[in-house]
Amino acid sequence: MGNRVAIVGIGQTYHKSNRKDVNQPEMVGEAVRAALADAQMKAKDVEAVFTANMETFEGMYLPDEMMADEMAAFMKPGLKVGTGGTSGASVVEEGFHFVASGLFDTALVIGFEKQDCGDTTAAITAAVTPVWGKGVATGAIGEFAKQALTYMEKSGAKEEHAAMVRLKADKGACRNPYAHLRLGLKSIEEVLNSGYLVWPLRFLDFCPQSVGACALILASEKKATKITKKPVWIADVVTVHQEPFRAGSFGDPTGKEAYSQDIAVERLYKRNGISNPIKDICMAEIYEPSNWEEMSHYEHYHFCEKNEGWKMVEKGITEMEGAFPVNPSGGVIATNPIGATPTIRVAEAALQVRGDAGEHQVTRDVHTAMATALGGPNWTVLTLLKRSL
Amino acid sequence: MSERVGIVAVAQTRYSADRADANEGELVYEAVKQVLQETGLKFAKDVSGSDAFGIDATVTSSQDFLDGRTISNCNVMSYIGAHHSDEDKVAEDSLNAVYTAFARVLSGHQDVVLVAAHCKESQADLRGVENAALDPAFLRVLGLDFLSAAALQSRRYMYKYGITPQQCAKVVVKNRGNAKKNPFAQESGDITVADVLGSQVLASPIRQLDMKPVSDGACAMILATEKKAKKICSKPIWIKGVSNCYETHHLGDRDLADCDALVKAAKKAYSMAGITDPVKQINVAEISEEYSYQELLWMEGLGLCGRGEAGRMIDSGATQMGGQLPVNPSGGMLSGNPTVVAGMARIAEGVLQLRGEAGERQVPGAKLALAHGFTGMCGALQGVMILGKA
Repeated sequence: MGNRVAIVGIGQTYHKSNRKDVNQPEMVGEAVRAALADAQMKAKDVEAVFTANMETFEGMYLPDEMMADEMAAFMKPGLKVGTGGTSGASVVEEGFHFVASGLFDTALVIGFEKQDCGDTTAAITAAVTPVWGKGVATGAIGEFAKQALTYMEKSGAKEEHAAMVRLKADKGACRNPYAHLRLGLKSIEEVLNSGYLVWPLRFLDFCPQSVGACALILASEKKATKITKKPVWIADVVTVHQEPFRAGSFGDPTGKEAYSQDIAVERLYKRNGISNPIKDICMAEIYEPSNWEEMSHYEHYHFCEKNEGWKMVEKGITEMEGAFPVNPSGGVIATNPIGATPTIRVAEAALQVRGDAGEHQVTRDVHTAMATALGGPNWTVLTLLKRSL
Repeated sequence: MSERVGIVAVAQTRYSADRADANEGELVYEAVKQVLQETGLKFAKDVSGSDAFGIDATVTSSQDFLDGRTISNCNVMSYIGAHHSDEDKVAEDSLNAVYTAFARVLSGHQDVVLVAAHCKESQADLRGVENAALDPAFLRVLGLDFLSAAALQSRRYMYKYGITPQQCAKVVVKNRGNAKKNPFAQESGDITVADVLGSQVLASPIRQLDMKPVSDGACAMILATEKKAKKICSKPIWIKGVSNCYETHHLGDRDLADCDALVKAAKKAYSMAGITDPVKQINVAEISEEYSYQELLWMEGLGLCGRGEAGRMIDSGATQMGGQLPVNPSGGMLSGNPTVVAGMARIAEGVLQLRGEAGERQVPGAKLALAHGFTGMCGALQGVMILGKA
């Protein structure tokens, strides 16, 4: 295997619906400067820059080239990836490969999205097949409503369970200074009384459109231990894509198809000797565009048995103080700058491993954490982080 | 570098002005099918047995704006083995996708990686898309696209170094002539300097024949670790050196007659490959030239001649077939390659030359080849790859 790779710098912007005070490059610059400050490095110390963003969301072609200066890439190697919702994790994967290969000792990986510059739902509708899909496409909301309905029917979960997940997320978001929606929800009734977007998804059941960026600095073992006392090691990254027509776009009512999540965890757990995920892994930051999705993903990631995701919620196992905390940051349902969202999952999981998550640091000691990403027609990227390898 | 990385198979479609008969997936599969058949490889998820191995991952290269589809790898994923497998899309010229696959193999994380690029320029509004790449506040409102920006660069380059329109036209004559012997080329033929200089002005000084034609096509290749490459094929071609480099975006911050990013990328690639005297050591160069002046300017950036000397080099015939350093025996982009696919088309030609399989356009005894690819306006992201027979 190649060189070991660690996260040595973490930076993100604050997130909100609109940022009229900055343009795209300036916003990315904020995250880059934060990551450099965290690593106590200068822009010149970074050897290569890798970026992730969905160009059609802002209507900006080749945005990495426009912002080469602000992302500290001028006269440096680098490239941009784009895989939909998973982009911000795909870019971590490429940074991981490039540093492990020995080509670079340090690399900056950046995820960003400035959704106030465009129309994301229109652009997501443009992701489906022109012949069969476009006539019925409804952006992300319709797909996740279908998924929520499938989960409800199959597992016996009630709307109340989804509302409990939303409350948990808000509790985390309120303790996370970078989170977008910090609502201060008091009861599940507030969630259950919010209006429907697409049945059964309610307004508070779904993620917002956020503006923001997240940057990580990766370093080889040789450099990492010199840069920081608290390197967070990338133990593994697994990507699994899936044919859109094989399991619907985001769901398989027949129950016969394997989901990308199932295949990805199988590979990750096998390669890393994980037999009891919620024991071997200490916490997870997962990509849940809706609260229903979170419960369903508990099952796909083997945090519990099939159809029991909602029981984990009932028992409070995934609360910040619980035995297996999930999304103490408030998750995607609180903050969703799409290209940055998976990068933030990795960043937040790394902060937990470092013990630097501040008010949303979980009770359990985190020596191993998992970050997930969801995108495209149900594609998955999993990143496993460790305090020591 | 711990272990060498080999290219074990390459395939291209014939480049064409309009492939309305095939969608993006069908187009890319024409190339992917060939590399799968040639190597007999399957995808890792479909093989079993302790000695068996397959393709571990796919890296694609395409542009959502040009496909008119968000997440444009959705267009091709069913054709490139991505179902229940690892795939990533590099949204740059495809040389960068090969660079990514190289890093994946070199890292030891993956042993065999498929790379596939596609583009159908025929169905894109190129001028409109290119305008969307410009900074919205200062540059986009000027109505610039890559063609009009290239005209500015060409003008500056010709002024600073005294490069003449005739010298630029000679690039077109040479490349279209070379393309006659390349079965993948879209446009070829015997034209004269006068034909080029008599063609319609698009954005002065660039004329119709100074610019590459609109093109559709796809390219695929497979990379593998040294050990597996030797098992897969008898003539693997090795990636000896590779790098890329970003320029600044704002044209006013650059002297457009220079290409510093290319100089830097080339320097790194040469140093990895142990090249100290590129003109002497490299036997064949494939350079991405959307416009005729670019072959000359990029030659200077690549250190194949001194600054301002590329005009004299083309005059001397040194870059013709049979010259000291043949440039673009394939016919280059000027004979028709889509953007995005162009960088891999250069690498594919380099591989064919080194394998001695370039047919009538074979550069005799070629041992070391250079492939160049760039993305964006005036060479915003430059990439260089050195390929070796041994």
